[in-house]
Amino acid sequence: MSAVLADMPKTDMSKMVAPATTKAIAPSKGGRPWTFYLLATLFGFYVIALYGPMFCIYVLSFQDIRGGLVFPMKGQSLHWFVDLFTQVRTGDVKGSFDRSIKLAVIVTVITVVVSFLAGLGFRKRFRGDTVVFYMMIGSLVAPGLVLGLGTGLLFQALGLNASWYTSALGAQLSWTLPFGVLVMFAVMSRFNHVWEEAAYDLGASRWQSIRLVMIPVLAPGLVAVALFGFTLSYDEFARSLQTAGSLNTLPLEIWSMTLNVTSPSLYALGTVTTIVSFIVIGASLGSIVLIQKKRGSSTKG
Amino acid sequence: MKSDRGDIELAGICKSFDGVTNVVDGVNLKIADGAYCCFIGPSGCGKTTILRMIAGHEDPSAGEIVIGGQNVVGLAPVQRRTAMMFQSYALFPHLTVRDNIAFALRVRGMSKADRLRAADAMIEKVRLTQFADRLPAQLSGGQQQRVALARAAITEPRVLLLDEPLSALDEQLRVQMRQELRRMQQELGITFIHVTHTQLEAIALADLVVVMEQGKIKQAGAARDVYAHPHDRYVAEFMGGQNVLSGRVEKVNGSTFTLAQAAPDGIEVPLQARSTVSVGDRIDIAVRRDDVALVRPGRELPPGCSTSLPSRVLAIEYQGYFVKVMLDTVPDDAFVAYVPEKTFFADPFTVGDVVMATWATGSALPLA
Repeated sequence: MSAVLADMPKTDMSKMVAPATTKAIAPSKGGRPWTFYLLATLFGFYVIALYGPMFCIYVLSFQDIRGGLVFPMKGQSLHWFVDLFTQVRTGDVKGSFDRSIKLAVIVTVITVVVSFLAGLGFRKRFRGDTVVFYMMIGSLVAPGLVLGLGTGLLFQALGLNASWYTSALGAQLSWTLPFGVLVMFAVMSRFNHVWEEAAYDLGASRWQSIRLVMIPVLAPGLVAVALFGFTLSYDEFARSLQTAGSLNTLPLEIWSMTLNVTSPSLYALGTVTTIVSFIVIGASLGSIVLIQKKRGSSTKG
Repeated sequence: MKSDRGDIELAGICKSFDGVTNVVDGVNLKIADGAYCCFIGPSGCGKTTILRMIAGHEDPSAGEIVIGGQNVVGLAPVQRRTAMMFQSYALFPHLTVRDNIAFALRVRGMSKADRLRAADAMIEKVRLTQFADRLPAQLSGGQQQRVALARAAITEPRVLLLDEPLSALDEQLRVQMRQELRRMQQELGITFIHVTHTQLEAIALADLVVVMEQGKIKQAGAARDVYAHPHDRYVAEFMGGQNVLSGRVEKVNGSTFTLAQAAPDGIEVPLQARSTVSVGDRIDIAVRRDDVALVRPGRELPPGCSTSLPSRVLAIEYQGYFVKVMLDTVPDDAFVAYVPEKTFFADPFTVGDVVMATWATGSALPLA
């Protein structure tokens, strides 16, 4: 029997096997059960609810000079984008955008480094580890607005000036660090500690084992932590409100614009910030794919 | 002080993880340079802990580990010049076969060109040249094992420690890789210490088989010694291939003694090494399963047989070159005869038949 199989060309084998597998996975007659249509409709509504409102904003931001804040659409142009970056009355969009990006980068770096170190620290159980863990997670539960308020008050009591790179940074870290650590734990749980042991057995120092084994293996996870840190900081409002001092971050600027700007510039701003978010997410996912691909491509040589 | 010899001496080593119970309990053992040594025992018997202590991944609570005349307790694996092959191989998933094998040289600061040349030479030795640029995930189990072996061997250790190296492989591959391990060991000419729970693996590979139970060595010796001359009931049952019977000594007469059993004349056993047998002692004896002959009641016993035990056939399993016949000879223990295929089918038994189980008197072995 085995001799017969071996003599057959490979293509025939796959033909023999293929019908059986497809049959097992999908019903043969192409008809889908009614639950498929029900769930598909539900998913359709979900997508509309998710993107519909944002889509309205994007569309309305492309009106011409006659444009207003509501439908119907009046003309098509990039007028409000130009207006956004040139008109002083719309507020300090460029400055606040600049600050938000810088702040998000600082937060990302600190979050990645601290989360990675916490991940290393929690590899083994230690005395009081659960206490440390819950204290860390506690600040996730605290209402952001209250936490921001407290941070602002504390700075005032200590006689320090609140600013985006001190008090706002601290308030944001109270949110991104526990998040980063939680993600890191999930990432670390897939790290096999025998790899470290093997590195030690082969003569690697602690530092070499971190640099040559842990970081490369965990790289996709670290990118995920970075993405979390960046996006959480970039659109953080509640914790920044009382801590940013005299100069606004972007979410604060947008909020103040909703109070006094009554033109589609506001929508143009929404469109621009969305594009930035997509670029950041795209870059992160791209780098993960690149890491995986680099591992894959070195195999072909 | 530096020595290339890979002879190992374990002197009274103990290991306790909780300070109360000893996982390894006072083990003494000498392993010759260039020997293939197998530790065998059920899970939790401390064999892996001993391996990890020799490797330098665990420190003994007490005792000394001497490699090549030097006490290595407290030294890192690199200083001991040992290397370990982990159970699941622990290949670095992000590195190619070549980079995995070159890892030890890389952390020693060897230049890229030099270490890749050395790695390629090693890759050739384990016949993986066409897979050098693959990642571990793209290799079969057998290939992964060869990478792990090459990675451990590239630093020219004097001792290679293997933690259940064949357990991740399927049956057929296991036999094949077993031979490859032995070939590598002879080629490298270094001491191999191999932990396993498979008896066949141990006796097929090892120069020195060490049978363990609950942190202690039960018997250490050449494979044939341990298999054919088990020291006690535990070793006999664990290594397999033996029927163990127990009974009270009825009389001692010259070079043999008689064990009371459900047989007309009891069981006659040669005294051999056991000189201190007195009437009334309770004693275990072992009879190899392939030494047992089955005779129909009333027929004459083969020459040299003085004992015959009436038994009923419980089950029959065809094993190819022999037939495994399970009998109810002893009330509580299994009693099995391995009958050569041709002998069996010359006059086949069926389940329920009554037969006489017999063996040459000299082949019964008293146990400690």
